[in-house]
Amino acid sequence: MAEERAPRARKPELPARSGSSGSGGSPRARHKFGGVFCSVQDAFENKTLTFSSPGLASGGGRRPPSSARASETPSSAPEAGPEGAGPCEPAPPPAAGLPPGQPQSDRLLIKGGKIVNDDQSFYADVYLEDGLIKQIGENLIVPGGIKIIDAYGLLVLPGGVDVHTRLQVSVMGMSSADDFHHGTKAALAGGTTMILDHVLPEPGVNLLTAYDQWREAADGKSCCDYSLHIDITRWHESLREELEALVKDKGVNSFQVFMAYKDKYQCTDGQMYEIFSIIRELGAIAQVHAENGDIIDEEQKRLLELGITGPEGHVLSHPEEVETEAVYRAITIAKQANCPLYVTKVMSKGAADTIAHARRKGTVVYGEPLAAGLGTDGSHYWSKNWAKAAAFVTSPPISPDPMTPDHLSSLLASGDLQAVGSAHCTFSTAQKAVGKDNFTLIPEGTNGIEERMTIVWEKCVASGKMDENDFVAVTSTNAAKIFNLYPRKGRVAVGSDADLVIWNPKAASVISAKSHHLNVEYNIFEGTECRGAPTVVISQGRIVLEDGNLFVTPGSGRFVPRKTFPDFVYKRIKARNRLAEIHGVPRGLYDGPVQDGIVSAKAAAPAPSSRITSCPGKISMPPIRNLHQSGFSLSGSQADDHIARRPAQKIMAPPGGRSNITSLS
Amino acid sequence: MSYQGKKSIPHITSDRLLIKGGRIINDDQSFYADLYLEDGLIKQIGENLIVPGGVKTIEANGRMVIPGGIDVNTYLQKPFQGMTSVDDFYQGTKAALAGGTTMIIDHVLPEPGASLLTTFEKWHEAADTKSCCDYSLHVDITSWDDGIREELDMLVQDKGVNSFQVYMAYKDLYQMSDSQLYEAFTFLKGLGAVILVHAENGDLIAQEQKRILEMGITGPEGHALSRPEELEAEAAFRAITIASRINCPVYITKVMSKSAADIITLARKKGPLVFGEPIAASLGTDGTHYWSKNWAKAAAFVTSPPLSPDPTTPDYLNSLLACGDLQVTGSGHCPYSTAQKAVGKDNFTLIPEGVNGIEERMTVVWDKAVATGKMDENQFVAVTSTNAAKIFNLYPRKGRIAVGSDADVVIWDPDKVKTITAKSHKSAVEYNIFEGMECHGSPLVVISQGKIVFEDGNLHVNKGMGRFIPRKPFPEYLYQRVKIRNKVGALQGVSRGMYDGPVYDVPATPKYATPAPSAKSSPSKHQPPPIRNLHQSNFSLSGAQIDDNNPRRTGHRIVAPPGGRSNITSLG
Repeated sequence: MAEERAPRARKPELPARSGSSGSGGSPRARHKFGGVFCSVQDAFENKTLTFSSPGLASGGGRRPPSSARASETPSSAPEAGPEGAGPCEPAPPPAAGLPPGQPQSDRLLIKGGKIVNDDQSFYADVYLEDGLIKQIGENLIVPGGIKIIDAYGLLVLPGGVDVHTRLQVSVMGMSSADDFHHGTKAALAGGTTMILDHVLPEPGVNLLTAYDQWREAADGKSCCDYSLHIDITRWHESLREELEALVKDKGVNSFQVFMAYKDKYQCTDGQMYEIFSIIRELGAIAQVHAENGDIIDEEQKRLLELGITGPEGHVLSHPEEVETEAVYRAITIAKQANCPLYVTKVMSKGAADTIAHARRKGTVVYGEPLAAGLGTDGSHYWSKNWAKAAAFVTSPPISPDPMTPDHLSSLLASGDLQAVGSAHCTFSTAQKAVGKDNFTLIPEGTNGIEERMTIVWEKCVASGKMDENDFVAVTSTNAAKIFNLYPRKGRVAVGSDADLVIWNPKAASVISAKSHHLNVEYNIFEGTECRGAPTVVISQGRIVLEDGNLFVTPGSGRFVPRKTFPDFVYKRIKARNRLAEIHGVPRGLYDGPVQDGIVSAKAAAPAPSSRITSCPGKISMPPIRNLHQSGFSLSGSQADDHIARRPAQKIMAPPGGRSNITSLS
Repeated sequence: MSYQGKKSIPHITSDRLLIKGGRIINDDQSFYADLYLEDGLIKQIGENLIVPGGVKTIEANGRMVIPGGIDVNTYLQKPFQGMTSVDDFYQGTKAALAGGTTMIIDHVLPEPGASLLTTFEKWHEAADTKSCCDYSLHVDITSWDDGIREELDMLVQDKGVNSFQVYMAYKDLYQMSDSQLYEAFTFLKGLGAVILVHAENGDLIAQEQKRILEMGITGPEGHALSRPEELEAEAAFRAITIASRINCPVYITKVMSKSAADIITLARKKGPLVFGEPIAASLGTDGTHYWSKNWAKAAAFVTSPPLSPDPTTPDYLNSLLACGDLQVTGSGHCPYSTAQKAVGKDNFTLIPEGVNGIEERMTVVWDKAVATGKMDENQFVAVTSTNAAKIFNLYPRKGRIAVGSDADVVIWDPDKVKTITAKSHKSAVEYNIFEGMECHGSPLVVISQGKIVFEDGNLHVNKGMGRFIPRKPFPEYLYQRVKIRNKVGALQGVSRGMYDGPVYDVPATPKYATPAPSAKSSPSKHQPPPIRNLHQSNFSLSGAQIDDNNPRRTGHRIVAPPGGRSNITSLG
C-alpha cells in the first residue's frame, strides 16, 4: 500500500509540469500546479498530525474542534493554492515522507455528517473499507487507528456521476485540450467521482476498435471510475453484430445517434428506427444528439453568404426550433420502436418542453441538461472578444435567451429533466481559432466537468428550486439508475462504492480560469459566484480532494461495465411490449372484382373470366395468412356450395355496386 | 395571363337572375338584401333593386345566401399504378355543384421526374373539356432537382399557379429530404407561392409497413396501424420548423389527427404563418372502420394520412375549425372503385388511397359544426370559402358576396335533413364513407357563373363549362406579414476586431494558412475576408491605427503567451 501510494502522490505534478511547459511554460500555469504540489505536503501534515489526533483523543470533544475546522475550510480552500505556493515550492522531496500516514487512508470513518440520498437525509457515520461502504450508523465499531474525517455540519453525498464527457475527441486532427487525466482530475476537484465518456468513432471505423482505443486511453490516464457510451456515427450492415458484441462482452449499454452533422454523422429517420429497434432488443439505451442537420447545413450556407463568419453565426445557424424539432422527431421514432430514449444536451426551452410534454403522455424519455445550459446563456456569442465568443461554441448552442437557465433548472427540479451532464470537451483558443474566419470550422465543446455540481447547487438548491435530495438525484442517482449503475453508484448505502463527497453548502467561491483545473484559457462560467462546494472528495475509498488539494493518480480509475435492461428504464418498456401487440382483422377473403393491377402480379385477374374454378373458400391463401385466425373465411360459403353459386359470381361489377363486394358480412 | 378565353356555352338558364328576400351571409356579417346577377357577376346588392324586366327571380324566402363553396383539395385526375380515380373532372365537379361547391382547386400530380409544365397542361386540358365549375390548379412537386426552378418560375409567372405541394411521405417516390424541403421552401417563398405540405414521416411509415406486413397483417387496418398519428404530428412539426426558419407561410393539407392539429395550433400561437386544412372525411367520420369485417368497406376509407381511429377526433377538429385554429376545409376527394381498391386485397400498401367528400363537404361542416353550435353561419362561410379564397389569392372574386364578385352563390337550407348514401350520391364509387349519416343543412339552389346549376335536386350542367381561374403570386393575406418580418428579422454579424492570436495548425484545411505569429502582415492589415462588409466593421480600426503597427509588432510575435489571456485579440 505504502509503495503504491507514494508514487501516486508524486505523479500528478509530473505530467502537469510537462503539460504546462508544452503550452509555453506560463508563469500562471506553474503557479497553479505549484499550488497543487505544495499542498500535497501541507495536506498530509494536517491530516496525520493535527487532524486525526483530536479525533482519537476523545469522543465527546470531537465536535468543537471540527466545527471550527468546518468554518475554516471554506475560506481557506480557495486561498490555499496561492498562499501555500511560496513556502512549499522549494521542498518537493518531503513528498517521500508521506508513506507512514498512508495505510490508514484505505479505511475511513466519516463522522457527524448528514447523509443525503435522493430519497432522504439522516445523520450517521459512514465507515469505508476496501473501496466500499461497509457500515452506516451511529457508534460504529471500527478498527482502531483509522483515519477519521469530521463532517460535522456538512453533507455527505454520493459522488457525482457526469453522464456526458468527451475527453478523447479529436476534431480535424486536433485532440481536445483536456484528456482523461486532466479531465478526471478536474472532475474529482468538482465532486464528480465517475464519468461516462462518449466514444466517437470516425465514420466507417469498427465500433469495437474505437472502443478498445478509448479503453486504452482511459485505463492509462483516468483518475476516477469511468464507463463508456458509444456513438454510432454511421449506419452499416454489420452494425447489429457490433452492437451485440459491445453489449454482451464489453459492458456498454448506451449508444448515441446523431441527427445533426450532415454528411458526417447524421442518420436518416429510417436508420434511426432500425438502430432503435436493435437497441431495444439488446436492452440498451438510445441516446440522441437532437438537431436537424439538414436545416443547420442550409442555414450555415446562408449565413456565410450573408458575410457572418464569427461565432454568432454558430448560434444563428443552430436556432432553438431546430433542436426542438429534432427532439420531437426522435421521440416519435423512439415511441414507434418502443425504445427508451435519452436526449443528450438539452439546451433550449423548446426542447425541454417537448420532453416534458412527451413524458406527460407516457413516453419513456429522459433529458439531460448541461452545466453550460444551466449556468450561463448564449448572449456571449455576440461578445466583441472573438476568443471569448468562440469558447462558448457547442452544439446545440447555449440558448441566447437569458431566461433559459432558469427554465431548465425549474424543469430539472420538477423531474421533467433527469440527469445533469457537462459535455465537457474543451479546445484551447488556438484550436478554436481554426475557425476564426468561418464559424463552421470552430471545434465544438465547452468546459463544465469541474463546475457541474457547484453550478447545479447554486442555480437550483441555493435558489430554493430543489432540495438536497433532488440535488443528489440529478447529479448522480438518476444517472446511475438510467445507466444501470445503481446502487453501486449514486447512493450512500452499505455495499455501494465508496465514492463520496463531503459537501459544504455554505462555501462560496468564484469560478475562474485562473483557479480551475483545466487546460483551457477560458472558462465559460468565468466570474460566476457559487455557493456550495466539495470539501472532501473520496473516490474508491481514498481521499482525492481535501482542503483544496488534489491527490490523484492517473490510471487509478476503473472501467465500470454496465449491464443491459436497466430496470428503471425497461420495466415499463417490457410491459408495453406485451401490451402493444397488434392484431389484424380476421375477415373473409375479398372475392369481388379486382382491377387489373399493372404492377401487382399477385392479384389475379377479375373473377368471371378466370378459369380458376376453385371455390371461394379455397381461393389462394396468401402465404402469410395465419389459418388459426381466419375462422371466418368458411362460415358463409361451404366447400360444396360453390357449384350452385358460381353463376352468380360471374356477374362482373354489378351496376348497383353493392352486391359485388364480398360474400361475407 | 393564360386561358381566360372560353368556348361559348349554350345558355341553359337565364343569364340574369334576381334573388329576392334572402339573408346574405359573408364571413364578417349577415344581412337581408336582394341580389342581382348578370353576366356571371354580382351586379347589385340591396333592397328595391332596379332591374330589367323579365329576369328570372328566385324567391329565397329568408333563406341563407352564401358564397359558393371552394374545395381546396381534390384529386380528380390522380393516377395510381396506371389507374385513375373513378371520378374525373366531369363526374367530380358535378358532385361538387350538387353539394354547393362552385369552385375546386385540383392537384396536378406529375410522375416523379416528369416535366411539371407538361403535366400541368395535361390536367388543364382535361379539366377544360370536362369541368362543370370553375377550377384552379395546385401543382405537386414530386421530385426536386435544379431544372425544376425554371418550370416553377414559369408556372407562377405565366400559368396562374401560385400553390405547390411537397411531400414528406411516400418514401422513394415523392418524398423530399429536409434539405430539399428547405431549398424548395426558400425558392417558393421567392416566387411568392403558397407552400402546401403533405405531412407524414415517410421513412417511419416504410419501416412500419414492413413490420406490419411481416406480422401477417395485410388488410386495411394495416394502413392505419402503419401510419399512426404521431408520424403526422411529427412531420407537421418539422414542416413548420423549416418554414419558420425561412419565414415563409406553410399550409398543411389534410389535417387528420388531433395531435397534428394541436401542433398547428401551438405553432400559430408562437408566430409562424401556418394554416391547416382538415378534410370532410376527418370532420365527418373516424378511422374505426378500418377494422370493419367487410374488406371493401374498410378499404374505402384508405387515405393518407389515415382517418384517426380515435372516435373523438372529428369533434375536436370541428372545435379547432370553429375557433379559427384551422382555417380551410377541403375534401381530398379521390375515390377509387372497389375493384380498383382490391388491387391491394392481399397487401394494404397497394390499396390506392383516397376517399370521397367533394359533394358532402359543405353539409358535413354544417352538420358537425354549425348545427351543433360550435360555429356560426359567418364562420361557416369563412371555413368553406372565404379563407380559402384569401389564402390562394382568389379574394374577393370568390368567397364573398359583394358587388363585382363572381356570381357563385348558394341558397342554403339549414333545416333540410338528408341521409348521405351511396345510392343517391353523384360520385361514381360504390361506397360512401359517410354512408348513413343524417345531415342537417344542404344547398337548395346552386348558382355557378350566374347560372342555376342545381335546383330542386336536379343538376343542369354542361361538360366543360368551368373556367380555369389563374391565381397571382404573393397573396396579401400571407405575404404582407412575411414581407414585414423579412425587414425586421434581417441578420447582422458582430463587428469585432480580427482575431490575431495563435491558430492551431490543421493539416487538412489548406485554406487556413500557418498560425498568425509567423504571418508577415500586420494585424490591422490582415486582409479581411472578402465577404466582410467594411461599412459595418467600424470597430476594426478604433484601437489599432495603421501607423502603430510597427511598435506593436514585436508584441504580436510572441507565440502563445503562456498566461493564455493576453494573446486573444487586440480589441476588447
